[in-house]
Amino acid sequence: MTSAYGRILALRGVSLHVPRGEIVALVGANGAGKTTLLRVISGVQPFLAGHIRLAGEPIERLAAHRRVAKGIVHVPEGRQVFGPLSIEDHLRLGAYLRRDAGIAGDMARVYALFPRLRERRGAAAGTLSGGEQQMLAIGRALMGRPKLLLLDEPSMGLAPVLVDEIFDVILRLKTAGITVLLVEQNAVAALAIADRGYVIETGRIVHVGAGRALLEDPAVQASYLGL
Amino acid sequence: MAEFLQFCFSGLTVGSVYALVALGFTVIYNASNVVNFAQGEFVMLGGMVTVALLAASVPLPVAGVAAVFVAALVGLALHRLAIEPARGSSPVELIIITIGASIFIRGVAQVVFDKQFHKLPAFSGDAPIHMLGATILPQSLWVLGGAGAIVIGLHLFSEHTLVGKAAAATAANRLAARLAGIDTTAIVSLSFALAGAVGAVAGILITPITLTSYNAGTLLALKGFAAGMLGGMGKPLGAVLGGLLLGLAEAFGAGYVSSAYKDGIAFIVILVVLLSLPQGLLGKHSAERV
Ligand SMILES: Nc1ncnc2c1ncn2[C@@H]1O[C@H](COP(=O)(O)OP(=O)(O)OP(=O)(O)O)[C@@H](O)[C@H]1O
Ligand SMILES: [Mg+2]
Repeated sequence: MTSAYGRILALRGVSLHVPRGEIVALVGANGAGKTTLLRVISGVQPFLAGHIRLAGEPIERLAAHRRVAKGIVHVPEGRQVFGPLSIEDHLRLGAYLRRDAGIAGDMARVYALFPRLRERRGAAAGTLSGGEQQMLAIGRALMGRPKLLLLDEPSMGLAPVLVDEIFDVILRLKTAGITVLLVEQNAVAALAIADRGYVIETGRIVHVGAGRALLEDPAVQASYLGL
Repeated sequence: MAEFLQFCFSGLTVGSVYALVALGFTVIYNASNVVNFAQGEFVMLGGMVTVALLAASVPLPVAGVAAVFVAALVGLALHRLAIEPARGSSPVELIIITIGASIFIRGVAQVVFDKQFHKLPAFSGDAPIHMLGATILPQSLWVLGGAGAIVIGLHLFSEHTLVGKAAAATAANRLAARLAGIDTTAIVSLSFALAGAVGAVAGILITPITLTSYNAGTLLALKGFAAGMLGGMGKPLGAVLGGLLLGLAEAFGAGYVSSAYKDGIAFIVILVVLLSLPQGLLGKHSAERV
């Protein structure tokens, strides 16, 4: 995939594969192109050339909302909640395209995953703390019944105890059969839970491997893990 | 006292129309942040299309419904042909586009209809109703009732339907709305159609009282804008409050001072609000934590 902001190339021929049922971590320095890559996959970022296939089906021509219907759900950087809307409304809107009868049950499951959200279900999202907003953003995405969940820096700006909670949730999502593409500044933690990892640098993939293997690779350690 | 009541009646009647125009501004502004100065043309179209169909011996209720549909379609076309292609333009550029569109619609109306003033028959007769020494036209009751019904309808739509919530989500955060699977372009289109329909209803309700013509929309857009600014742009309740207050201010200004200044009051309101109360009466809700 290749993508640009105006004349600035942000992705220069990136190629990656996210196997079904796995957690794939994408790590790299600030401005490397991680967010751009997720935006291209979810269809909110125009891209210049390339192909995106979901289980073999080409989706690069589909509008963003059509991709959500196919099961690609993106939790964007910086949480991005609907300030004046309640938690309950967020979860209902996460299931906007669904017509099945499982919505109430899924809402109960999200509340079970994040009990804090149940306590404050009527509260406007704008009044929540950063951690609660992150849980809400993930909960809203889960209501779309994702096959592939794109998470952009879910631990950013959270207290350490909340960071642990979020990583724990990501592992549980994997157990529930959801494929996850995880972008993280916190590269060590991300690679530690990942089946597979990619390291991106100025729009190019520079390392690929099993999560553990990348953690132990001296070249990756020196440049990206600050070890 | 009777005189005071009389001014209240006429102020609330025109005020209801300003409120509906301001609500049209609000509906579009909330979904897309566009300030649509072609809002007055929807009001004009409501009146003029009904007049034209009535002249072609279509019964009034059918003509009215058809006029609402025409205005909604014009709203859709405005979005698809003028606003959507300019996506990403600055707010000022978008305002200029809507002003251009309003001039265009007016021009077409002048050709399709004519340059005369037109009246619609009052829905339930012209016999004034006496109340505490003042009189009120049955048509005024239609205006008040119609405006009330639309306000309640819009409220129910935005609070109690999934599409209404999707519109609120689109207004709050367009990116997040797209990522939730909401077709935000369709939502904004819908808001233009809805604003067209609301404007047209206002035009149909008020034409039996005030007459209409191809350029009746210009002044109404300005007054609706003033009402919206007064109430706080983007606040449905503010739009209603601002509209009613502006109508009352005009009626009392015309009654107790001089009717020569009536149309100037809206401009004074715009100036005062801009200078002293830029967020309007209901202010900006600050539930957002950044
Ligand atoms: N809206 C934009 N307009 C222009 N250039 C942009 C825009 N967003 C990002 N870029 C540029 O594209 C490149 C990739 O940015 P991107 O946000 O994808 O990086 P990132 O890896 O997510 O970084 P971070 O870790 O800071 O989130 C950077 O050089 C950035 O400056
Ligand atoms: Mg980023």
